[in-house]
Amino acid sequence: MTQTLEQPVIRGVRFFLAHTPGLVRYGSKPSRDIARDATMADAIAAHLRSYEAAVAYPPNRAFLGHIHPDTLASMPQPWFTSEAPGTRWGAHGEIMPEEEFYGVLKICDVFDLVHLEAGFVEEARAALATHPLLTPADLERLGTGFPEADIATQCGGSAPALPLYLRHGRRIGCMQAAHADDASLAADVLLENLTCKASAVMAMRTLLAQEQLDPLALPYVLNSGEEAVGDRYQRGGGNLAKAIAEMCGCQAATGVDIKGFCCGPVHALTVAGSLVSARVFSQVAVVGGCALAKLGMKYRGHLQHDQPILEDVLAAVAIIVSADDGVSPRLRLEALGRHTVAAGASQKAIFEHLVSQPLERLGLHFTDVDKYATELHNPEVTEPAGSGNVPQLNYRVIAGLAAMRKEITPAEMPAFVATHGMPGFSPTQGHIASAVPFLGHAVDGLRDGKLQRVMLLAKGSLFLGRMTQMADGMSLLLERNAAGSSEEKTP
Amino acid sequence: MKLQGKKVIALGERDGVQGGALAACAQSAGAEVVLETTYCFV
Amino acid sequence: MVLLGTPNAESSRLYAMTVTAGDPSWAGALAGVALGLPVYHVMEEAVKTQVAPEVYEEQVALMEMVLEAADIAQAVQEVRAHTGQGD
Repeated sequence: MTQTLEQPVIRGVRFFLAHTPGLVRYGSKPSRDIARDATMADAIAAHLRSYEAAVAYPPNRAFLGHIHPDTLASMPQPWFTSEAPGTRWGAHGEIMPEEEFYGVLKICDVFDLVHLEAGFVEEARAALATHPLLTPADLERLGTGFPEADIATQCGGSAPALPLYLRHGRRIGCMQAAHADDASLAADVLLENLTCKASAVMAMRTLLAQEQLDPLALPYVLNSGEEAVGDRYQRGGGNLAKAIAEMCGCQAATGVDIKGFCCGPVHALTVAGSLVSARVFSQVAVVGGCALAKLGMKYRGHLQHDQPILEDVLAAVAIIVSADDGVSPRLRLEALGRHTVAAGASQKAIFEHLVSQPLERLGLHFTDVDKYATELHNPEVTEPAGSGNVPQLNYRVIAGLAAMRKEITPAEMPAFVATHGMPGFSPTQGHIASAVPFLGHAVDGLRDGKLQRVMLLAKGSLFLGRMTQMADGMSLLLERNAAGSSEEKTP
Repeated sequence: MKLQGKKVIALGERDGVQGGALAACAQSAGAEVVLETTYCFV
Repeated sequence: MVLLGTPNAESSRLYAMTVTAGDPSWAGALAGVALGLPVYHVMEEAVKTQVAPEVYEEQVALMEMVLEAADIAQAVQEVRAHTGQGD
């Protein structure tokens, strides 16, 4: 008996941003610098943005679907000088202020590790009471909080809790360690993991609600972030996926974590698509929470240029892959690009594996892909720190390979980059920045016909873990769903 | 400057020329690569 | 010697300075430490001409097309000149 494969599609995608200037001090770079020189905390504090500024910030607006990333190309730079006010909810998600996010953190905390000051709890409760995605049961989990004196005691002493602050320095609570003798359960590690969980939960709830998907119909969740959830005997044990599923009412689901540095999400989409294609599951969610460690990563460059610290947002994503519904963009699993072991360290070999080989398999040319979504880090964050313009560099390499293969001329390279690429706009939140920030716009464009094909092209810096000198990469081709239209099926 | 017979430290970048690529170049010129690294800044 | 694969002039200059006169950003372990190592970028003529052509073609040629190779070479040459290395 032969069985045909199911055609997987991207059924929906949503994002979540939390504006957390008070947490910038706990980013990896800021926290190490502050430990060496306490005066850095003041310098950082003086360059933190308001919520209104973060809401209005054009790259954040592109991330949440208010504007298309291409629009950024014609906006005057620096983008952070833009005066046009923004709004909280975009087409693809919201940006939440830190006062509320600390409440969500507490709501997601099932071990009473987050201790909030009693007065702040009431403020958070009032602010969150009208949130469309939080229930009375959620707000119950805020509890009543602690007297300020107790918080002060917990933040002092020989094994202090980690104080939690708002932007202007008001301490609103603290984060406990879960074990005195376990580095994997230290307060800073737990804070990183809990913010990851909370942000992913909000992205997932946004997706389920706005796409009117029944949480009970979801059987499997793949979490694809770079956090390490575990304890001293199993430091990367993981399965934050199931914790996220639990908080989203997905009672019929379990899940697992897909780990691949920044390439995690695209690997996870591949696995999700394959499970749907093989009819193992009718739909699979792919989620990715935030990267607290990356807050303020390039802050020194921003201070040097006396500009606001732009890495003050935590970012998360949630995606549903389901069986063909006739309208959602198709995942062309037969055209996967893989940076194999043999491809090694040669950019030419790597991009041949990721771009030209999958396209060749479908009889397509480089120019047949309307938009490539690569590493989409906001250059306004990276350039002041001397780290260049990562998206532009990647698009130039794709264009360069196209020229080497004589599909375009060298003179046509800049136009290729402008047409088939886009300005970077994503927060530098690790795996979140790798291809998936464009997915919301991609799904919109592929549904309404503005786009025919989009290639997601992600990379992972495996060498950072010191187990291999290699990097990794994965590409995925999305195509407009031809069913129900007069278009011919592509080969 | 002759690479032949020299000991080389290869400092690559993931989105530039990676460590392994630098090492291959140095070795083809007769150098010995004593340290190979690739950096990533995002 | 040190062989660089940095993708722009600014980072090339920074790396070159770090392994010769010391970390100019005073940020890391090599702040104030002058290693005085000869430093070259793989795309400089002085290096390229010694690399087997088919190896260079496979490993570097694409990036040479895409990056500001001349600016990068100039940045590293200037650091060598500034730190008395010559070519």
